[in-house]
Amino acid sequence: MSATPLLSVENLTVRFAVNRGSLFGPASYLYAVDDVSFHVNRGETLAIVGESGSGKTTAALAAARLVSSHQGKVVLDGKDVLPLQGEDLRQIRRKVQFIFQDPYSSLNPRQRAEEIVRDPLQSLTDIPDQEQRDITERLFAQVGLRPEQQRLFPHQFSGGQRQRIGIARALATQPELVICDEPVSALDVAVQAQILNLLSALQKEFGLTYLFISHDLGVVQHMCDSVAVMYMGKIVEHADRRSLFNNPLHPYTSALLSAVPTVDKTLRQKSRRILIPGDPPDPTQKQVGCRFASRCPVVTDQCRQTEPPLKEIAANHRVACHLVDEKAISPL
Amino acid sequence: MTEPLLKVQNLRVELTTRNGTAPVIDDVSFELYPGENISFVGESGCGKSMTALAIMGLLPEGIGRITAGSIMFDGQELTQLSPERLRRIRGNDISMIFQEPMTSLNPVYTIGEQIVEVLLAHQSISRKEAWATAADLLDAVRIPKARERLKDYPFQLSGGQRQRVMIAIALACKPKVLIADEPTTALDVTVQAQIFDLLRDLRKETGTSIILITHDMGAVAEMAERMIVMYAGRIAEVGAVDDIISTPRHPYTKGLISCVPHVLASVSDDKQPLTEVPGIVPSLREFGRDQCLFASRCQHRTEQCLEARPKAVNFDGAHAADCWHAETLS
Repeated sequence: MSATPLLSVENLTVRFAVNRGSLFGPASYLYAVDDVSFHVNRGETLAIVGESGSGKTTAALAAARLVSSHQGKVVLDGKDVLPLQGEDLRQIRRKVQFIFQDPYSSLNPRQRAEEIVRDPLQSLTDIPDQEQRDITERLFAQVGLRPEQQRLFPHQFSGGQRQRIGIARALATQPELVICDEPVSALDVAVQAQILNLLSALQKEFGLTYLFISHDLGVVQHMCDSVAVMYMGKIVEHADRRSLFNNPLHPYTSALLSAVPTVDKTLRQKSRRILIPGDPPDPTQKQVGCRFASRCPVVTDQCRQTEPPLKEIAANHRVACHLVDEKAISPL
Repeated sequence: MTEPLLKVQNLRVELTTRNGTAPVIDDVSFELYPGENISFVGESGCGKSMTALAIMGLLPEGIGRITAGSIMFDGQELTQLSPERLRRIRGNDISMIFQEPMTSLNPVYTIGEQIVEVLLAHQSISRKEAWATAADLLDAVRIPKARERLKDYPFQLSGGQRQRVMIAIALACKPKVLIADEPTTALDVTVQAQIFDLLRDLRKETGTSIILITHDMGAVAEMAERMIVMYAGRIAEVGAVDDIISTPRHPYTKGLISCVPHVLASVSDDKQPLTEVPGIVPSLREFGRDQCLFASRCQHRTEQCLEARPKAVNFDGAHAADCWHAETLS
């Protein structure tokens, strides 16, 4: 496994204009992604976890140029993709593909499965017709669908099979980076395992790099090589898999981990639940201090006044918390 | 042990589809004791929600009906009651929380009006008393500034708060049984933990029995004492939660537990592929056949599985599995 980053995102900010107070008042913005930096090594999987509204999907959409960014850099394979236009952008789109969460609404119900999988080949490449057909047929076999199913419409497939079509479509242009946005959360538990195993097998076979977005920490622990935890548009902790799960340092990460119900009885008795009361604060109000301060069980005055920077605590372990220092001991 | 509060015996519910009738619940029996928390587990389409709807008398009209069996609740046979009597029990004695807190509240009424409506429909109290009770209920489900929040509309609340309001409505008449149908599926994990804590505390305070319907084995392990694993309208395995999780006897239960990547206490670098349960739940057309319906997905399948429906095999501690090979497998 080489450790060169395929994708590196630097100081990315995405903002959305929200209702201004009056017609001529100043526009106010919601910073969905606020000064976020991360990188994904070639052939590895970076998971972005967080609750709904934390900006994880927006960050990924911005990296794939599917929403426009306000500031920052998205460097894919040594090339900044944010300023690209026209043909250059089309070339980049071949390299970055997306697997969506909902296999029911992300497939056009009026297209046959083969047309759906062929679509990116037609719009992004100049591959001749016959070859496109061959590629489609091969993709169907690779994701575990039968050749005769190419002629069917989405409604004739089960949820798991539809997600397989979505995966085949994402792989059609031989991308280097595949962004998986909650690829299994709409599926039944038994089918989830089938899709996760398929994604792992495909990664090995094609040397794919995944940006894996999920709220399910079990799935993340199983799939990722490194993890970025987001809270309200900021990365609060970014570490490799072992460091993050064995030694979570940010109080929010610990709370997330302790909230997951587990079948492991000893783990359940051992881990004490870290309760974080309430909901995240209103994101349209600009916050002073740490964004997690209002729910943090170990909050101090410093946290309410100054925002903690994301600092490197140990090798491959970055945390944004005032209470964590070089000793890398959880404040809880 | 005391008398069961709810006793379901040999329940059979048939759905009418274009392809004829199909038994979505096929010979299901179970008991619920006062103050107990049981859980129904299984994939979608296995009849978990249908069982709940059958108990509530809310089966889709004209499509689903109870064709055999009995539901005894507190000395009354629910399947024989008139719709009028059933309505009195529903909400008063048995109530239900649904999966989608977004869609199960009415968007054009304030949450106060929606709680008061339930109180006035089921109890003979004045409007003023009802509003006071509503504020107490919101307080009980830990919504801050309850009295002011009564005037809020559902869109002004977060998903977790909406689910709290649903719980407040369900608890309005101090029911003996609370059916929670995937109450946290649409919520974030930290909010899910809050809702589970709330349900646990409320059960301690009021002694309400809870039937939790879920597909999450972790949630079952945290919340319930006994669980019923359902597959294709039938009970696959029943027993104490700890027994089933430590020694599952039915291959389907085993699959359900091991196919989910659980958060582990300590992580090592090697990653094993997940155990798969191949295939999907059979279609309604196959329900009710005289064979093991899990056979098509089971690696231990033999001729016997395809020839006859397996009978329950009993193990220690009221643990039973409907599998021909239950004894030899574990």
